[in-house]
Parts: sequence; structure tokens; C-alpha cells
Amino acid sequence: MAENILEMRSITKTFPGVKALEDVELRVAKGEIHAICGENGAGKSTLMKVLSGVYPFGTYEGDIVYQGDVARFHSIKDSEHAGVVIIHQELALVPQLTVAENIFLGNERKNSLGLIDWNTANTQAVELMRQVGLDENPTTMVSQLGVGKQQLIEIAKALSKDVSLLILDEPTAALNDSDSQHLLDLMKRLRDEQGITSIMISHKLNEIEYVADTTTIIRDGQTIETLDMSEPESTQDRIIRGMVGRELENRYPPKTGRSIGEELFRVEDWTVHHPTQPGRLVIEDASFDVKAGEVVGIAGLMGAGRTEMAMSVFGRTYGRHATGKVFKNGQEIHTRSVAECIQNGIAYATEDRKRYGLNLIDDIRHNISSAGIKKLTKNGWIDTNEELKVAQEYRVAMNIKTPSVLQKAGNLSGGNQQKVVLSKWMYTDADIVILDEPTRGIDVGAKYEIYTIINKLAAEGKGVIIISSELPELLGTCDRIFTLAFGRVTGQLGIDDATPEALMKLMTQERTAKPATASAGEGK
Amino acid sequence: MSTTATAPKKSSEDGADSIGATIRAALTSNIRQSGIFIAFVAIIVLFTILTDGKLLMGQNVTNIILQYSYILVLAIGMVIVIIGGHIDLSVGSVVAFSGAVSAVIVIKGGQPWWVGVIAAIGVGILAGAWQGFWVAFVGIPAFITTLAGMLIFRGATYLTLDNISLSPFPSEYASIAMGFQNGLLGGNGYDVFTLVVFGLAVAAYIFSQFRQRAAAARYHQHVAAMPLFIVKLVAVAAVVMWIAWLMANNRGLPNVLIILTILVIIYTLVTTRTVFGRNVYAIGGNLTAATLSGVKVKWVNFGIMLNMGFLAGVAGVIFGARSNGAQPAAGNMFELDAIAASFIGGAAVTGGVGKVTGAIIGGLIMATMTNGMQLLGYDQSLQNIVKGLVLLLAVAFDVYNKRRAGASR
Repeated sequence: MAENILEMRSITKTFPGVKALEDVELRVAKGEIHAICGENGAGKSTLMKVLSGVYPFGTYEGDIVYQGDVARFHSIKDSEHAGVVIIHQELALVPQLTVAENIFLGNERKNSLGLIDWNTANTQAVELMRQVGLDENPTTMVSQLGVGKQQLIEIAKALSKDVSLLILDEPTAALNDSDSQHLLDLMKRLRDEQGITSIMISHKLNEIEYVADTTTIIRDGQTIETLDMSEPESTQDRIIRGMVGRELENRYPPKTGRSIGEELFRVEDWTVHHPTQPGRLVIEDASFDVKAGEVVGIAGLMGAGRTEMAMSVFGRTYGRHATGKVFKNGQEIHTRSVAECIQNGIAYATEDRKRYGLNLIDDIRHNISSAGIKKLTKNGWIDTNEELKVAQEYRVAMNIKTPSVLQKAGNLSGGNQQKVVLSKWMYTDADIVILDEPTRGIDVGAKYEIYTIINKLAAEGKGVIIISSELPELLGTCDRIFTLAFGRVTGQLGIDDATPEALMKLMTQERTAKPATASAGEGK
Repeated sequence: MSTTATAPKKSSEDGADSIGATIRAALTSNIRQSGIFIAFVAIIVLFTILTDGKLLMGQNVTNIILQYSYILVLAIGMVIVIIGGHIDLSVGSVVAFSGAVSAVIVIKGGQPWWVGVIAAIGVGILAGAWQGFWVAFVGIPAFITTLAGMLIFRGATYLTLDNISLSPFPSEYASIAMGFQNGLLGGNGYDVFTLVVFGLAVAAYIFSQFRQRAAAARYHQHVAAMPLFIVKLVAVAAVVMWIAWLMANNRGLPNVLIILTILVIIYTLVTTRTVFGRNVYAIGGNLTAATLSGVKVKWVNFGIMLNMGFLAGVAGVIFGARSNGAQPAAGNMFELDAIAASFIGGAAVTGGVGKVTGAIIGGLIMATMTNGMQLLGYDQSLQNIVKGLVLLLAVAFDVYNKRRAGASR
């Protein structure tokens, strides 16, 4: 057994009201590639933030033992100084600066006068780029390079800081297959030639299988197990079982009163391009549908394109060149603007309600009426008495806990904010309700209330589409689940055939693999 | 939470707060709103004492209104621009340009006065549409668009006037800003008409306040305790009638005050009771949320800039009438006064918050301070320093409050 470069011992990190990490153990041997995987929200990123000093020493419990000593990182600067460099999923390069300027940003090569020595910087940049397999002019603007090369520049930047532990957060999420392959090979080469230890967070199980020496699985803020990837039984299926293997408790109200009717809403061959990178398809030929009185789930891992798909259907609020057809009750309808969608009875409650869903500095009353304001308007004037009445009714019906509907929406808790968002869309009389992560950041009690509301919507004959990263949530509320992976619908499972393992298999299905048939026979 | 230990006698009326709770609400959650009234009163008291009462003499109160009417008109438009998350640096130039076109048509062209008025307002609307086009449909930030507009319309003013001043306007035109309604109903040394108009306005105000309170109480909302509510109404009525008395004893009811009052009422309704007004707040509060709620953001932005142009045209007429002519350098720095009035009146720097009445009070605070310092014989340089400091402190107060509110969340 090689010595451990890093030992995180019984790390516990609490946020107000939530235990994000509980007694997490992570042991990384020197010179290995260590993969960390788990569902969204399992605590992977939190753990890496603890390690890199984003959450400074003292804000968590437990010890970080790095190269034999207990580390006390107070900031990223501290951890980088010790040779721990984290590369985030969103690239942190400045597009308008050159390659060399980016590599040495915050770490500039200076001469004796304190001025930047560009000759040294550029020469060293070329050498660093050679190490990561890049042959670019150091004075090229970063914005002129593709995403794959930018990712390599990030690694070159890490190398310039004398890295000994490199952390990569979903490094291949934005890369195509050949760029991904190149990056994974580079990780192996850095390990073999320079002895650099890497920690990689990834959803792509085949990549983990290809590159990782060890895999630690985290679930619900706890370490589940650590697998030695050289063992023959450490397969992708084995990892999936570890990721999802939790008992379904009675956290969901029974699906009573549902009678599923005719097809209400259908999207056919939906294709969307990335808003700023021409030619990159975010959604490719996606088709899905929902029947009256049915709750349909859309499952997919981070970056699969769930939100992008929903938003592009909802008034083209994401992406460019959206093509495909949308039908309601068998008739083709247009969804070119949000107003048109509202007109057609489509509602979309966003994933990030604070940033996209609510006007936090305005009161609850105005937020509830904002999408259905036309109903309150007569001859151009808003009936403010009626508006107040409507807000009051929803406050009671949805059990929004607030002393007054004149309170600012920003003062509410997450669960109550979500109830305001739902109220807002229910007031538009929508019969197709798309809910994006309806229970993210909400406590268990409020979640139950939201599920009850979802049941009520279905019982009223509306078609509900739920996008969620939490498989148990989808299994607990839906009648049918579509899986989305890398911008494609990879299959659909009826609730009786849907198991976490079957879904996870479809959710991690690569682009190159043959799309699964729409049959419901994937369950094991 | 409506009644607390400090007020053992629970109000019988449903939803009415205790006196203590009302005062506490005014001092905590509504600090930004009530703070500005307190500041306004404090400034009036301060300058009344410093000027030995000259500030509140009938002649001077009338003067303040005449002198600042066009800034107040601009502040109405500016606060809407700021609520929407924009800024307009061009209003001074648009005021000058609309006034110049009007003067050329009436003074040089010999057209009747009302043609000039329509032309000025038309020019304002066109200027607003021009800027609205760039802001809303091309997506140029309003700061840049209106900075360009400031140069463009100033240059257009110079061209239109051929670099020289034009005057005088016919007396009908000048009376828009300088005229008074006096003696319509007679009076013995004071104007009865002025008192009657003010009396009706106060009655309407009290009526609407009672209706609002009743509606709020019906839906179990918090309303102010009845005694305090009445104290507030009486105080407002007394102040307004006292101003009416001052004017009635002076030259009567100024025409611009009538115009201004009508504008304030219309725009208060527009901002609080129309979909357009609601959309302006929504865009300024959270642009993405507004877009995802079906707000037609581009058209609302266009409307905001168009409306600002319209009001700049109105202000152009009033300023032209007051100065009885058109000058190439007219309206210089007006935008800054209007912006300052909006911010002092409680508009948030980041948009989404603000009130028409707040901007008017903010403008009046500036007007009172300037006038008071003039009465005291302070020169322009000192006036500017004081006004600058007041603006800075008002916004600092806002930022501080927001941080405090954010921390307690």
C-alpha cells in the first residue's frame, strides 16, 4: 500500500439547517487517479471546497491530513501554495487575455524591477503547454481556442503552480469525445511521468472505469464505499448500485385520484443549438409527451440538457435555432415566446427560483399575480383589490407561511418561495405544468407539501412534467420517466419498470452508444 | 405578530395594528419610505429657522414651485427609467431641443402658441422613441445610448437655434409657466378658487386613503392603527391647506402646479395600477424572472424611454415658457437634478424599487435646500457641494439598509 498524500478524516460540514457532509472519509494514495462519484447534491463539490480552502479551516469538523501534516487552509491561496489546485467545471480563464497571461494570472513572472518579464513568461508558457500536449503561440488570445484546449490551458496553469494534487470537477462535461480522450490520457501521463495525484469528480462511468485507480462513492453527504478499480467486480453497474442504493422511505404522498387520459402535450424531434457556440448541439432530436392527469419525469445527470430542453420549449428562453414540433391535444402549437406559451396553457417553474423565478425585492402578492396579470386587468387597469384577494387565497390554499402577502418574497424560506412560484403558475390556469427541480433546497416537510400539490394538479387532469436530479423523487411521484443523457432522450420507462439502476444506466449512456428502444424492458 | 405586549388593548378592527406596531413598522421595514419624509420635514424646519421664516413666506413657496416644476416633471420620468434598471443622461439636451424647435416655430415662424406646445412635446416623443429603439431593440445600454443622445440633441439644439437665443414668446405661451388661476371665485384679499381646489384635492385624498385601508383590512392585511391613521390624514390635510392659504394670499394657483399635480396623479396610477407599471418593476427587480413570466421586455423598455422623452418635451415647454424663450445652453445638467431627485426619493440604484411620489419629495428636498441656501446668500459652489453630499448620503443610507436587510434574512 502506497502512502497516502491526502486523508480527509471524518469531515462534517453543516450549513444552517442542513448537514451537507457527515463524517466523510477520503483517502487518496500518492500518485493515483482517484474518482469521486455520487448523485447531484450528494456533497462532492462541498467536499472539494472544504479541501481547497473555499470553506476555510474552522468552518468544518474533522481533519485534513495532507502530506503527513494536518492542513489548515484558510483560503484557496493557502491550498494552492501547498500544491492543491482545483479546476472547476466552469472554466476560470479570462477570454480576452493571452494564453501566457492566463497561465500566470495572479502568479506573474517578475524581473528585478517588479515588472512582468514577458520573455520568461512566454518561454515557460510554451514549456508548460508542451507538457499538456499543446502547441500554441503563448500570445494567442484564449477566446480563439476551443473548449478542449482551454481545459488543457487550465491544467498548464495548475502545473505552473507546482501542483502535487490536482482536483478536476467534471473535466469532460463540456468536451467532445476526442478532446475527452485526450484529457484522460493526459491525466494518466501526468501520473506516470510526473507522479501527480489527481482527484476527478465525474458522472461518466466509462471514463472512471478507464482512468481511475480508486473510486470513492458519496451519497447523502456520507462516504458509502471506496472501490479498488483493479478488482474485476468494480464495474459500472457496481458503481451505480453504490450511487443510488438508498431505501425509498415513505416520503411521498400516495398517488391517489389519478386517472390518466388522452395525450395532452407532445414535443417531437426537438433540437437546440448552444447560445454562443455555433454548431454545438445541446439537445438533439428529443421527443417526449405527457397525458392528461399524468406526471412524467425527466431524469438526467448534470449537463444532460434537462433545463435547456425545457427552457427552449418554453418560449425559446434558451439556446438558438430551436427546431421541432410541439403539439397540444393533437394540434400543433407555437411556443415562440413566453406570452404565447402562457396563452397555450403552458407553465414552467424554473430550477433556480431566486435567480430566475421570483422578483425577490417585490412582495408576495405581486409575484403571484405576475404571470397571470391579464386576468386581473380590466380596461387597462389592474384590479388591486382583486389582486390582494387572489394572493390571500393562494396563501391559504398553498399554505405559504408568512405573516402577510405584502412581505417581500426574498424574506421567505426556500419551500415557501417555491409555493409562491407554483401559485404564480397555477393562477395562469395552465394545464401543462413543467416543474424544474421543484424541491431543490427545500426541507423534507415542505417537499411533502410540494408533492401533494403535484398530486392535486394531476388529479385535476393537468399534465405535469417534473425535471429532477433526485431519482427517488421521480420514482415517488411520476407515472412515467424519460431519461436524458448528453442532449438525447435515451429511453422511457413506465413506473413499474423503473428502477434506480435501470434509470442510471440510461442516464449515463454515451452519445456513441446505440439509443435504447422506447420499450420498457430495461429494468433488472 | 399584529399586536404585541406593548399594546395590551387589541384593536377591535380586523387586521389593524396597534399604535406601537405601526410606529415600529414605520421605523424598521418602512424606514426608507418614512425616512425621506422625516428628512424633508427636518430640512424645512432647519432652513425656516436659518432664514428667520423667509423660506415659508407665500411668495417664496410659490417661487420654489415655479423654479423647480420642470425638474419635478423630469423626475417623474426619471424614476420610472431608474425603476426599470436604466438611466437617462440626455434629458437636459432633449428639454433644450424641444424648447428650441418650439421657439423657432412660434417666434420665428409666427405660428400660434399651441402649435409650439404640440411641436415641443412631439419632438420629445420622437427623441424618446429614438433612444428607446437603441436601448430596447438593439440592446445598447441606456447609459451609452443617452450619453450619445446628450451630445446629439445638444448639437441639434445649437443647429436649430443657429447658436443664438430666441425670445420672447407670446404671452399665452409664457403663462403656462408663469401664469396663475386667481379671482375666478372672488375673495377678500385671498383667492377662494385656490382654496376650493386644494380643499377638493384633500377630500379626494382622504376618501381614497379610507377606501384603501378598508380594502386592506377586508383581506386581513396589516393596516396602521386607526388613531395614527387619522393623525396622518389630519397632518397631511393641514400642511396642504396651509400651503393653499399661502398661495391664496399671494398670486393664486400657479398653472404649473395644476399640470404637475395632474402628472403626479396619472403617473402614480400608471406605476401602481397598470400592467405597464407592474412590468417596469418586474424588469428592474429581476429581468430573467420577468422574461420567464411572459413580460415583453423589449416593448416595456421602449415604453420607458418613450415616456421619458414625452416628459422631457413637457418640461421643455415649461422651461421655455418660464425663461420666455429658447437658449442654446438651456437645460444643462437637468438630468443630474432629476436623477438625484429619484435617488434621494428612495429609488434603488439596482432598479426595481422607487415611487413617483418619492421622486417628487426628493425633488422638493433638493428645491428646498437650494432655495434656502440662496436665501442665505450662499454662492453656487457651496450649493453644489451640499447637494452632492446629500445625494451621496441618501444612497449610502439605501445601500446600508439593504445590507442590513440582507444580513438578517
